[in-house]
Parts: sequence; C-alpha cells; structure tokens
Amino acid sequence: MSASTGTTTGRGPGEIDGARPDGGGVSLDSGPLATLPPEFDAELSERQAGPASAERRFAGDRRYRTRRRVLKGVLWVLLAGFSALFLYPFVWLVSASLKPRGEVFDNRLIPNTILPGNYAEVWNQLPLFSWIFNSLVIALLAAAFVAISSSLVAFGFAYFRFPGRGLLFGLVLATMMLPGAVTMVPQYLIWKNLGLLGTSLPLFAANLFGSAFYIFLQRQFFLGLPKELFEAARLDGASYFGLFRRIALPLSIPSFVIIFLFEFQASWNNLQGALIYLNAGSVEGFTVPLGISYAMTTFSPTNGGHGDYQYVMVASVIVTIPMLILFAFGQRYFIEGVATQARKG
Amino acid sequence: MTQTRSQHTPVSEIRVRTYNKREAIAGYLFISPWIIGFLVFTAGAMGYSLAISMSDYNLATGEIAPTGFDNYAGLFEDPKVALSLGNTLFYAILAVPFEIAFALLLAFVLNRVGRGAGFFRTVFYLPRMTPTVATAAMFLLLLNGNTGAINQFLRIFGIEGPQWLIDPDWVKPSIVLMTLWGVAGTMVIFLAALKNVPVELYEVSALDGAGPVRQFFSITVPMISGAIFFNVIVLTIAALQVFDQAYLLFWRDQTNASPESSLFYGVYLFQQAFRQFNFGFAAAMAWLLFVIILLITLVQVKVSNRFVYYEGDNR
Repeated sequence: MSASTGTTTGRGPGEIDGARPDGGGVSLDSGPLATLPPEFDAELSERQAGPASAERRFAGDRRYRTRRRVLKGVLWVLLAGFSALFLYPFVWLVSASLKPRGEVFDNRLIPNTILPGNYAEVWNQLPLFSWIFNSLVIALLAAAFVAISSSLVAFGFAYFRFPGRGLLFGLVLATMMLPGAVTMVPQYLIWKNLGLLGTSLPLFAANLFGSAFYIFLQRQFFLGLPKELFEAARLDGASYFGLFRRIALPLSIPSFVIIFLFEFQASWNNLQGALIYLNAGSVEGFTVPLGISYAMTTFSPTNGGHGDYQYVMVASVIVTIPMLILFAFGQRYFIEGVATQARKG
Repeated sequence: MTQTRSQHTPVSEIRVRTYNKREAIAGYLFISPWIIGFLVFTAGAMGYSLAISMSDYNLATGEIAPTGFDNYAGLFEDPKVALSLGNTLFYAILAVPFEIAFALLLAFVLNRVGRGAGFFRTVFYLPRMTPTVATAAMFLLLLNGNTGAINQFLRIFGIEGPQWLIDPDWVKPSIVLMTLWGVAGTMVIFLAALKNVPVELYEVSALDGAGPVRQFFSITVPMISGAIFFNVIVLTIAALQVFDQAYLLFWRDQTNASPESSLFYGVYLFQQAFRQFNFGFAAAMAWLLFVIILLITLVQVKVSNRFVYYEGDNR
C-alpha cells in the first residue's frame, strides 16, 4: 500500500483535466477546500522547511537568543496550560465514572471511594450494549456506503468527459450550502411514505447516493493521479469500471479512509437523526447519542430522575473509547501516507 | 484507441467540443448514484418542502391542504421565531470570534513548537473525537453554578462564577465554552495554512527589524487570510444551525423549564416539526433560515474579497 500511495499527491486540482476549460470548470483550488487534508500539507512542509531555519541564521545575535529563550518559555507555559485545559475534563470524567452516587458531584480527581464496579453495573442499568451495537452497525454502513458511492461519483466527474459535467459538478458543490433543516422535514415524510419510519434505514440509506463534500474530496484525489496509469490500462483492454476498481480505488485508499473515518464519526455523533427516526421506538433500539441523552434525563438528580449520574459518566467513557481507538488508528494512517509522499517529493 | 486520445485532448483543440459517446454514457453511469440522490433527497425534498411550507399538513391522514403564505406570515406573528432567531444570531456573533481567535492561538503555538508538536496536536484534538453527548454530559456538571469544577476553579482567584446553566445571560457563553473545548478542527486548518507561509518572509522582515507581534499582523494574518475566511464562513453556518449542545443541555428534558435565552432557532424548528408536528410551519422556518444563511454568507464573501489574499492572485 505504501509504495502505491507514493505516486500520488493529495492535491493538484488541475492535473488531469482541470486545465481544460471545458468543464472541470469550477475552480476551487485556492481557499477553503485546498486545506482539507491538512495532515498532508502540514507534515510535508514541516519536513521540507524546518520552521527553525530562520531563527538559526540569527543565532549569533545574543539579544536575539535571549528573546528567543523567553519566547520559548512562554510557548511551553502556554502549551502546558492548554494541555491541562483540554485533558482535565477527560480525567475528571474518568474519575467521576468511578465514584459512588453521592460523590459524583464533588470535583476530586482522586475519588474518596473508588468503585470500579460501576463499569460492571452500567450494563444492567442501561441497555448500553444494544445502543453500541446499533450505533456500530449504522456507522459502519453509513461510512462504507458513502465512501464507495462518493468514490464512484467522483471518478465519473474526474475521468470522463460528458455534456453538462461542469454544471452538474457545480450543482454538487452548491448542495453543500443547503442547510440540513430545509430537507429535514421532507426527508422524514419521504421515509414515512415509504413505510420505513420505525427502522434505522433513514440513518444510513441516503448515504448510498454519495455526499457532496466527499465527492469533491475524492475527485481532487483522482485528478492528482498520473494519467499514464489509465492510458496503459486502457491499452491493456481494461473496462471503464476496471479502471475505477483496479487503479483509481486502490490508489485512493488514503482519501477513502479519510472519508470513512469522517463519516463514521459523524454517524456516531448523530443525535438529531436518531431523535427524529428512533425516539418513538423502544429504548433498546436507540443509538449511542440518543441513549445517553435519555440516560442524562433518567439519571438526572433533579426533575424526578434516579440521580445515579455516575452511570451516565461510565457510559460516556465507554462510548468515547471507540472514537479514541479510531483516532489512534486514523492518525497513524495519515502520517504513514504523508511519510511516503514526503519521501517521494 | 479513440477513447484514449479523447481523454487527453491538447488544450488547443478544446474549442471544438466533441464527446465520445461511450465515454459520456460511462460518465453518466458513474455519477448516476448522485443524480438519483439529488433528484430524490435534495431537489425533490426541496420542492416537497416548499409545497409543505405553503400548506397545512395533517400527519394522521397525510392530507395536504394548501394555505398559501399563511405559514410564512405566521413566522412573523409567533414571537418565539424572532426570539430564537435573535438568540441564534447573538450566539453566532459571540461564538465565531472566540473560536477563530482561540483556534488561531493554538495553531500559532503548535506551529512554533517544533519538536513535540505532534504530541500536543493529538492532545488538543482529543476533545474533537469525544462524542457530543459525552461532552454535554460532562459539561452539565462542570458548568454547574454551585458544585461545578469551572466555578470552583474561579473561586481560587476569589471570583464567584455565574450560574452558567440557569442565569439567562450566561446560557450562550456556556455553549461557547463547550464549543471552544472542541475547537481543534478549526485549529488544524489554521495549522496547515501557517505551515504554508514562506519562511523567507519572516527572515526578510526580521532583518528589517519587525518584532513577533508586527510579524504576526503584517505577515501571518494576511498570508493565512484564506483560511481565516474559510473558517469564519463554516463556523458561522454551523453556529446558525446549532442544535445538539442546546438540546442536550437545555431542551432534552421536556418537563424542565429552561431559560428562554437558550431557545435556539434549530431547537425551535425541531420542536415545531417533531414535537408539535407543525410540518408546514417548520418547513417555512427552514426556508427562512436558508435565506438568512445565504445572505450572511454573501455579505461575508463580499467583505472578504477586499481582504483575502489568495496565492497566485494578481488582481
């Protein structure tokens, strides 16, 4: 995999046909979206031009050197402060999840009484397992569907010439401007008319039709692939679908994974969709966000809940862990892809 | 043979638009999933929404009775529409500058660190990976006016913090705080932009005696103005549609009375649609939101045309 990604670059909108004024037409090479896979650029330029090279040149100047040292000091203080700010809620959460009922609301980072049993009991208190299972199935389907369909559509826009291509691609980009609220009600009614309201289908099935932003992302990637690869494959008699399946898709795995991870996270977080489509059903049928929202009310110490808020904390820890695993996996992937790129460039 | 040639027509020949028929059909086939989805879930849904917004939809019978512009007129009669719109605009005006400034500061610091930047970037990014429900479940306690950790921290300095979640004036800052904790997405975009600023610019300006502050405002900010512009637009659109945080902190429990200042447009729209089942009214609300977002974005684009520097732009 690493060898093949080495031949590609994440950007380069004009490489195959963006230069032709016939239709690739919508140029967005500056500004917003060029920054999209930021990991690529960031790591790359870090290697090429060390940020310290400017300073090094002036290192002889003593006054400069002291000022630099002070600046570095301030920098590290800021870093430590920010890190504490970002990490404190996590530590607090884990600690709260280990506390007995009466102590959840104290802010001790080391609980007076440590109750690891909360992590066993939570499964009895809440149908957490089925929430996670539901969310996992929905997120996997949503992510896989959107990654595959968006890649197909993107390849259509990147490789083929056909009348109306520029216009249609402009339309793809235009749909990104449409607020979800506009289609929220009619989509609900569409699913209702199809008789699919009680199911979780509405939470992932629309992903079979691609998604504007991902189409854009994947198209950029395809445009950066060397055209000789496709020419050679055509001469060898590959079909159009073969070009997609055997060349474009395998080479675009880095951006494919980005789409998959983004959508997986979006689906894992999708509260509003679950509220619309699943709230009327059984509690076991909830997804993670809907379930925890429900638990926040049930275990709320005010307004008639049981007040066992520690279970909400435990559940919060448990549903965060898959995201952290995803992140660990995703980050390594990004950096690996970038490293092979940098070696080439 | 012919196909391969048509793929790569030299630029000079382009004036004559000829399309290879097989290639064109294949292209349409590849994009057909999007076309179907667009016709049903975007264009179709928009038309449907427009029709519903001009009618009274009876959920039980599925009947649609046309009412003309009654729902749109109703938007101006319902004081909660104006209230929630005001709340939402106020929130956006408060949240976006804070998010931009904080994300920029974080990116700037990370960009200067050199070794260890990767580690800190990971740390800063972790909140972004935390599911919104988990964040809300935490902040519900952290923001508690009496026992919350935030006010406890402020007490160290002798400051008695506000009743974040109860005092109507502090509802929006509460949500801003929550949003700032997960600002790393914006930060990453800034970081990428900062890495692209040519080092020579700093070298030259340092020779001219420019200090770090001067460099920041005369070089860094103009050079990353494209990223700033992008983030401002994206964050504004997101702020105008804020739902999850407001719902989870204030409107999740239907028996609970929350301060009116926490009623955001997205929440009220959701209530109208899926609690009251006033689909016509909700659809009209959605179209109003669409127009407002469009107008605000348009103004932002106009304004930015004066200030934003794009690489390779010689206007």
